[in-house]
Amino acid sequence: MTLKDPEAIHDVEGVGIHSVHRHDVVIIGAGLAGMRAAVEASGEFDVAVISKVFPTRSHSGGAQGGIAASLANEEEDHWEWHMFDTIKGSDYLGDQDAIEILVKEAPTVVREFEHFGCPFSRTPEGRIAQRKFGGHTKDFGKGGPVLRACYAVDRTGHALLHTLYEICIRNEVRFYSEFQAMSLIVRDGVCRGVVAWDIVNGGMHVFHAKTVMFGTGGYGKVFKITSNAMANTGDGLSLVLKAGLPLEDMEFVQFHPTGLYLQGILVSEAVRGEGGYLINGKGERFMEKYAPSKMELAPRDLVSRSIQTEINEGRGINGEAYVHVDIRHLGEEKIMKQLPQIHELAWKFMHIDCIKEPIPIQPTGHYSMGGIPTNIDGEVLFDGKNTPVKGFYAAGECACVSVHGGNRLGTNSLLEASLFGRRCGKSIIRFLRENRDWPELPADSAKGALDEVEWLLNTDGTEKVGEIRDDLQVLMTNKCGIFRDRATLEELTGDLKKLEERYENIKIDDKSEKFNSDLLEASELGHMIEFCELIVAGALSREESRGAHSRTDFPKRDDEKWLKHTLAWKKGEEIRFDYKPVTITRFQPQERKY
Amino acid sequence: MAMITFKINRYNPDDEKRGHFVQEYQIDVPKGYTLLDCLNDIKWKLDGTLTYRRSCRSGICGSCAMTINGVNNLACETQVLGLNCSTVTVEPLRGYPVVKDLAVSLDPIVRGLLAVKPYLMTKTPPPTDQERLQSPEEREKLDGLYECILCGSCTSSCPSFWADKEYIGPHALLKAYRFVADSRDECPGEHLEPIDDKHGLWRCHTIFNCVEACPKDLNPTKAIAELKKELIRGKLG
Ligand SMILES: Cc1cc2nc3c(=O)[nH]c(=O)nc-3n(C[C@H](O)[C@H](O)[C@H](O)COP(=O)(O)OP(=O)(O)OC[C@H]3O[C@@H](n4cnc5c(N)ncnc54)[C@H](O)[C@@H]3O)c2cc1C
Ligand code: SF4
Ligand code: FES
Repeated sequence: MTLKDPEAIHDVEGVGIHSVHRHDVVIIGAGLAGMRAAVEASGEFDVAVISKVFPTRSHSGGAQGGIAASLANEEEDHWEWHMFDTIKGSDYLGDQDAIEILVKEAPTVVREFEHFGCPFSRTPEGRIAQRKFGGHTKDFGKGGPVLRACYAVDRTGHALLHTLYEICIRNEVRFYSEFQAMSLIVRDGVCRGVVAWDIVNGGMHVFHAKTVMFGTGGYGKVFKITSNAMANTGDGLSLVLKAGLPLEDMEFVQFHPTGLYLQGILVSEAVRGEGGYLINGKGERFMEKYAPSKMELAPRDLVSRSIQTEINEGRGINGEAYVHVDIRHLGEEKIMKQLPQIHELAWKFMHIDCIKEPIPIQPTGHYSMGGIPTNIDGEVLFDGKNTPVKGFYAAGECACVSVHGGNRLGTNSLLEASLFGRRCGKSIIRFLRENRDWPELPADSAKGALDEVEWLLNTDGTEKVGEIRDDLQVLMTNKCGIFRDRATLEELTGDLKKLEERYENIKIDDKSEKFNSDLLEASELGHMIEFCELIVAGALSREESRGAHSRTDFPKRDDEKWLKHTLAWKKGEEIRFDYKPVTITRFQPQERKY
Repeated sequence: MAMITFKINRYNPDDEKRGHFVQEYQIDVPKGYTLLDCLNDIKWKLDGTLTYRRSCRSGICGSCAMTINGVNNLACETQVLGLNCSTVTVEPLRGYPVVKDLAVSLDPIVRGLLAVKPYLMTKTPPPTDQERLQSPEEREKLDGLYECILCGSCTSSCPSFWADKEYIGPHALLKAYRFVADSRDECPGEHLEPIDDKHGLWRCHTIFNCVEACPKDLNPTKAIAELKKELIRGKLG
């Protein structure tokens, strides 16, 4: 046994671990969601943020294009238009009460970022500059694309993330940087803290908290071709499942139309917003066939399906699995001024000069619409009747409130993460003002996490983590990607079971405690297999096509049967489903055409 | 495709006796592979104990800075075949305590950063329901400053930092200037005051290594020169 003897390090709390920390608020995740909540709550309460990567290395920093708000700085715009676009984009699965909050509070949230110091690009009048983005339109979809995405050149996420980190420093937020959360402590409907592993020094730490918030981000890493960072392994989702709580709408996964061929690295939608063309192997601007009025600026699900159809039907470039995005006609000056990072990416990762050559792209796993069910105050819900878990909150990509429904519009997720992060902060303050007492910390709080680490360090099987993960990623991409059908999903269900068995038989090379990334990658793989089963089960049971979920055997949206959210639990081997209605207030479902 | 030998500096904190040593790995490197792709291949196929930081794979998170053939750069942005050599040496960023293999302690980076009060400071409350105005020309002054990804390459390459571990480093000074240069910041003195110190601004001897080292093509030396001007102006005026 490589762990320190638990007997020897019994803490005051009587829990066998390295040490126990206490904070009013413990936030897991230092992306926009987590740090925005921290900024909000830190004025009044003791806030700690735990992140497995250094805060500014969170994936939010990779976002390029922009953050949506109907500021109307560049031209006429209204929150009602933004609301309509978001609902239509969601294929009517988004909850309209939450969406109304999203679009109404957006201007405040974006301006606050400016007040915090975010270096937004500016209009000639000195206001926050805005650009076009797919699916965002004028006049309830009747007008053309609208300038709604607020941006900082093409480093919007970077600018927002660093700004929040700076304000957290100002507010003296306590960071536990490079700590990986391993389990969530929920007993009797009350959240009591989390257990996390100190990556650099090794050792298990228990965080006893009155409130816990998850802003643990997405899980793009379950796909072979993905735009996501390597840290995006969806740990938070599996921690929630293991605590006996459900996940919502996991079958909805967004594939971004433009990932660098084979790398998956994102070529921002800004290339299309600024006027880039999509061209197939026959030299055609093929979006004419699929979305004659919005063309390249149609929503992502539609553009991704169009590209994949071109590829599947042999019209990729030279018949291969990619098409071109071409921005040469924008000219060097515009490319270097508005899209410098794209120019750099294409050059550094593909050796392509996009001023002179088109960029080879293919759809790439990008965003998870589903996640931890929450209400509009960020409280995590544990059943179909919307009952909250006491003291537990979530926001950002790991959560499902649900503003994106079946498909997210670009620039709405930086907004969602920040805005609902901020709302989490506010409801945490309300909760803490009324609940002064510490919830009891069960003596065996750390057991699950300790057992896991012990097992990982000592298990002596024959399988390699990297190989199982690679198989998982290929299987998920091929069988649960842009197009799905029953036969393939059923196959995949069996495949996942086999992967699970292989996982039982792994062996890691690194047996040490300090900075053991071998250990942590193995733990992450366990998480991924766990919640992938829910994605696949959800995709199998939802017999319709809606938003990003496209079933070739059920090509139509079926409002009668499926205008509802999926909730799924994992009880041992079994997956249990429940459903809850979609909140519809202003806009009745219509056919979605672009 | 070419067979490349990687000579990697390794260090396991649990094995002080062995200390630092160089280990060689050979792998077939396809066209387009970055150094990060190669390290991943080595870790996932040959040796799971190899340790390094990484996340975004796209040069924006700042995790994977290391010394590659003697030069600081991001592993995820280094095209290995583009290095045009059959042997590639990989070392942790120098100047920082090594935690394990290629991962160094981030403490010096954070310490320097905190020293400069790295946040916008204002006296006038912001307008309600409006942004503060900033002209495109004023905003342009932040270009070349706000893009810093805190990778630590610059400070790691700085002889002044090697000589004085209390020197806050070019990354922190660049950050200080990012706020001093911001038309919205009303308290430049708050950022300048802590760096007017022998472990601050005056430790820089304009050696320019940081400019060479920065993978984002930023220019900390220029920022430092501007800060010196600001301080001297403040002292005279
Ligand atoms: C390449 C790319 C470009 C994008 N561009 C845009 C855009 O232009 N506009 C837009 O609106 N959206 C964009 N998105 C989507 C958007 O960036 C994300 O949805 C959003 O940033 C998520 O923020 P978050 O705070 O929820 O999570 P993240 O920023 O991903 O942060 C997750 C945090 O959780 C921590 N964490 C996770 N697991 C653990 C654990 N077990 N223990 C401890 N810490 C943990 C991580 O360390 C990290 O700090 C883009 C996404 C990608 C991939
Ligand atoms: S200035 Fe450049 S080298 Fe220094 S930390 Fe920032 S990005 Fe890295
Ligand atoms: S992995 Fe993010 S900069 Fe290299």
